[in-house]
Amino acid sequence: MKNIRNFCIIAHIDHGKSTLADRLLESTQTISDRDKKDQLLDDMDLERERGITIKSHAIQMVYKNGEGEFTLNLIDTPGHVDFSYEVSRAIAACEGALLVVDAAQGIQAQTISNLYLALEHDLEIIPVLNKIDLPSANPEEVKDQIIDLIGCDESDIIPASAKTGMGISEILEAVVQRIPAPVGDPDAPLQALIFDSVYNPYRGIEAFFKVVNGRIRSGEAVKFMATGHQYGADEIGVLRLKQEPRKEISAGNVGYIISGIKQAKEVKVGDTITAMEKPAKEAIAGFENVKPMVFAGIYPVDTEDFEELRASLEKLQLNDASLTFEPESSAALGFGFRCGFLGMLHMEIVQERLEREFDMTVITTVPNVSYRAYLKKNPEKEIIINNPSEFPDPSTLDHIEEPYIKAQIITKSDYVGGIMNLCIEKRGILKNQVYLTSERVELSFDLPLTEIVFDFYDRLKTISRGYASLDYHPLGYRETEMVKVDIMLNGDPVDALSALIHRDNAYDLGKKMCEKLRELIPRQQFMIAIQAAIGAKIIARETLSALRKDVTAKCYGGDISRKRKLLEKQKAGKKRMRQVGNVEIPQQAFLAVLKLND
Amino acid sequence: MAGLYLHIPFCRQACVYCDFHFSTSLKYREPMVNAILREMELQKDFFKGETLQSLYFGGGTPSVLEHEEIVALVQKAFKTFRWAENPEITLEANPDDLSQEKLTQLKAAGINRLSIGVQSFRDSDLQFMNRSHNAEQSISCLQNARQAGFNNITLDLIYGLPNMDDEAWKDQVRQALNLGVPHISSYALTVEPRTALHHKIEKGEHRPLDEEQAARQFKILWEMLDKAGFEHYEVSNFARPGFRARHNSSYWQGRPYLGVGPSAHSFRAMHRYWNVSNNALYRKAIEKGELAQEYEELSEKDRFNEYLMTALRTREGLDLLEIEKTFAPEYSYYLMKEVEPVLGKGQLHLQNRRLFIPQEWRFHSDGIAASLFYI
Ligand SMILES: Nc1nc2c(ncn2[C@@H]2O[C@H](COP(=O)(O)OP(=O)(O)O)[C@@H](O)[C@H]2O)c(=O)[nH]1
Ligand code: SF4
Ligand SMILES: [Mg+2]
Repeated sequence: MKNIRNFCIIAHIDHGKSTLADRLLESTQTISDRDKKDQLLDDMDLERERGITIKSHAIQMVYKNGEGEFTLNLIDTPGHVDFSYEVSRAIAACEGALLVVDAAQGIQAQTISNLYLALEHDLEIIPVLNKIDLPSANPEEVKDQIIDLIGCDESDIIPASAKTGMGISEILEAVVQRIPAPVGDPDAPLQALIFDSVYNPYRGIEAFFKVVNGRIRSGEAVKFMATGHQYGADEIGVLRLKQEPRKEISAGNVGYIISGIKQAKEVKVGDTITAMEKPAKEAIAGFENVKPMVFAGIYPVDTEDFEELRASLEKLQLNDASLTFEPESSAALGFGFRCGFLGMLHMEIVQERLEREFDMTVITTVPNVSYRAYLKKNPEKEIIINNPSEFPDPSTLDHIEEPYIKAQIITKSDYVGGIMNLCIEKRGILKNQVYLTSERVELSFDLPLTEIVFDFYDRLKTISRGYASLDYHPLGYRETEMVKVDIMLNGDPVDALSALIHRDNAYDLGKKMCEKLRELIPRQQFMIAIQAAIGAKIIARETLSALRKDVTAKCYGGDISRKRKLLEKQKAGKKRMRQVGNVEIPQQAFLAVLKLND
Repeated sequence: MAGLYLHIPFCRQACVYCDFHFSTSLKYREPMVNAILREMELQKDFFKGETLQSLYFGGGTPSVLEHEEIVALVQKAFKTFRWAENPEITLEANPDDLSQEKLTQLKAAGINRLSIGVQSFRDSDLQFMNRSHNAEQSISCLQNARQAGFNNITLDLIYGLPNMDDEAWKDQVRQALNLGVPHISSYALTVEPRTALHHKIEKGEHRPLDEEQAARQFKILWEMLDKAGFEHYEVSNFARPGFRARHNSSYWQGRPYLGVGPSAHSFRAMHRYWNVSNNALYRKAIEKGELAQEYEELSEKDRFNEYLMTALRTREGLDLLEIEKTFAPEYSYYLMKEVEPVLGKGQLHLQNRRLFIPQEWRFHSDGIAASLFYI
C-alpha cells in the first residue's frame, strides 16, 4: 500500500486537465505512441467534440524512480457543475490532487469550488501552473493568486506545459513525494467506494471503485450496501489502458468490477461494496442519491416512435445513471417522457446523444425545476411538481416553494456592475463580494435555480465578454410566487409550451414568448394567433399572417438546382416539426423560452 | 429533343428587381460574342446524338447585339449541332431596341419567336422598375413586330407592383390581350437578394411587397387569360393552343439543354454544369480554350425531386408512369405515401395517372412539391 498514490486533477474547464493526463500517461509509458490520441480519457465522441469530460474515468500508471516502483491511480473528474456530485465522489477516492491553473486565465470559479471539495476531503494539493508556454501567460500574477488561495509556498507550485511536456517529470515526482499513501486496513471487512460506472455493450455494467478497507477477491459474493443488491464478483481488475483482470485488489488500490449488473441504475456513485462473507458494519460516509435538478418532456417528433424512444432512453440510462424518465402524455405532443437531468448541459447532452447515437428526432419541451406546492386543505403535505401540467389550480394553493442555489461567479472587476444587474434581474440576492486580486472579484449570490435554467449562462458570458465563470450548489427550497403561463395557438392551448414563471416576470416573458414563437413558427396557409395567458386572462398576443404565395415566379434552366436545394431544406425542416392542431411547430420552438433575449 | 441557350450578359441599365447576370457596360460586347462562339465550338460534343429543337437568346438583353453578331451566333449554332426541322428560335428583346429596322434584321437572321420585356403599360411602373423604355414604345414595337412578320410573340408582364391596385392590373391584362399576342409570361414582382429593390426595402426606403395583393392579382391573371382562351401551362406562363414555349418547356420536362455564355447552366443525364457568373473570368478561360464551369452529379433522389418540382409547375403535372419507368420502385411507393394527405387537402388532383396542382393552389406549388420530396 505504501507504493500506491491515488490522485485526481482539478481544474476549471479548458485549463488543460485532459491534456496533462495525456502527458502523464505517455511519460509513464502507460500508452504507447501507437495508441496516442489527444485527450485520451475523453472517449465519448461528444466529449471529444465539445472538449469536455462528461463521465469520469480512471487509469493506472506504473512509475519508477530510485526508490522503487509506484502504482499511480489517476481519477479523471468531469469539469462541469452539472456533475458536481460525481466530482465529489471521485475526490473522495483520492489522497491528493493536482490543482491545474491556466497561467493565462488564472483562477476561475470551478478551480475554487473543486478545490474546496478537495480540501474538505483533506487531499494534499499540488498546484500546477499550466500553459506557461503561452505568450499571454502571466505566471507571476497567477502564482500570487494560487498562494493567496491555498497558502502554499511559491516553491510548491510546479510550472508546466502540458503542451510541450515541460514540468511533467516534476509533477510525477511530486505525486510520489508529497501525496500520502492511502491508509486502510487490508485485513478489515471489505469497504470499496464506487466512484463511477460505465456501460460496456459487450461486458455489461462496469463499476469503478477504490478499496478503502479490506480486499475484494475475484469470484466472491458481494453486496452494494445502499441498494442492497448482491452480485458475484465475476471479474475484478485494475484499469490500465486496457482492463487487466486480477485475483485480488486490496486496500488503497483502485479497480473495476463486472458482476452481471444489468442497469446503471443499480450502481449508485458513492455506494459501498462489501463482501457477503464478513460484511462491513457500515458504509463509507457521504453517499447521496443524486436527484435531478431540471425536468423536461422529451417526445418523438413522429408519434409512432414512442417505443423506440423508450428503448433509446433505457439504453442511454445504462451508462447515465443520473438520467431519470417516466412516461407522460401531452395533449399537444401525445406520448413521451418526463426526464430529469442534473442540469442544462446534461439535458443538452441527452438530447444530442438521442439524435446522434440513436437516430431519434425528438422534441424537448420547456425545462423546469422541481417545485413544492402546499394546498390550503392540507398545508403540511408537500406536493412535488416536475411538470407545469401538475401545477395546482391557484385558488387551491396555500403556498409554493422553489429551489435556490448558491452561485459563485468570478469575474474581472470591470464587469461587476453588469453581472450585478443580471443577477438582480434574475431575483438574486448578493451574499458576498471578495476581491481575489485588485482585478478579480468573486461574487456570491443566492439565486433561484430556475433563473439559471432560463438564459442565464449565455448572458453572463456576453456581459463579461466570456470571462466570468460560474459554479453553483443547491441551497434548498424557499417560498415563492409562481404562475403558469400557457400558450395558445389559434385559441387552442399547447400544453407542451406552458411554463412556470415567477409572477413578477410573467407579463414580460409572456410577451417575449409570443414574439419568439412568431419568429420561429413558419407562416402557414392560414393566419395563426399566438397568445400567452395566465388562467383565463390573455397577457400577450402576436399574429402570424397566412402564407399566400409559396412559389417562385421563375423556374428556368439556371434556377433549378438552387431551388431544389432550398425546397429540400424546407422539407427536411418540416420533418422536424410537430403538428399541433393544424399548426406545424418546429422543434426548436419548444425550447424558445430559453433564448428569449437573442 | 434538346435545347441550346445563349446567355448575352449585357443590359442598357439595371432593373431594380433583377438578379440575372449582366453588365451595363457594353464595352466588351464584341470579345464576349467571340467567346460565346468559341464556347460553342468547345462544347460541340456536349449532346450525345440528341437533335436540337430550340435555340434561345436570353440574358441580359440579347437585343443589344448587332445584326452581324446575331447572324454569326445563329449560324455557328447551326453548324455546330444537329437540328430538328423547324426549330424554335427565340430572342429576348427590350422594346427600346426594337426599331423597325432591327425587327427586319432579326427576322432575316432566322429569329422566329420574340420575347418582349414589356413588364408594364404604365410609365410610372416602368420608372419605378428602372426599365429602359416607356409604355408607348412597348405598344408600338409590338405592332412593328407584327408588320415585320413575327406572329409568335410573347410578352412579359409584372404584377404585385406597388401602387398597382387590382383594377389597374386588370387593365394591364386587357391591354396585353388587345395586342393579340399568343403567349404571355407574367411574374409576381419578387425581392431577390442583392438587388436594388431588396436594398431599398432593407433600408426602409420602400415598404415590403404585399403578398395578398400578389395572390389576388395572380388569380385575376389566370381567370382573365383563361376566359380569353389561354392555357395556364406553367405557373407564370400562358399560351394559346400551339404557342407554348418549346425551349422553356424543356426545363420542366427534364430534357437536356446546353447553356453557353457566362452564368449559363447546362443539363444532361446525370449532370448539371454552370459557367462562372463573371464576364471577365468567363472570357479569359474561353480565350485559353478552357471552360469556366463547375458541375454537380445529380443522384437519383436529386433527379426525382427536380422532376417533382418542375413537373408540378405545369398544368399537366407529373406522370406516375414516367416515375415508375425512370426511378427505382421505392420512389413510387414513397410518393404514393406522401401524396395521400396532400390529395386529402385538395392541393393535388390525380387523373389518368397524372398528379397536378389545381388552379386554386398553384400559388403554393413550391410548398406542395417540397412536401412530396424524397429526403
Ligand atoms: N499552449 C498550451 N495549450 C494547452 C496546454 N494544456 C492544454 N492546452 C490546450 O488547452 C485546451 C484545453 O485543454 P484540455 O486538456 O481539454 O482542458 P480540460 O477542459 O481542462 O480537460 C486544449 O486546446 C489544449 O490543447 C499547455 O500547456 N499549453
Ligand atoms: S430585367 Fe432584363 S433588362 Fe432588366 S436588368 Fe434584368 S436582364 Fe436586364
Ligand atoms: Mg477535458
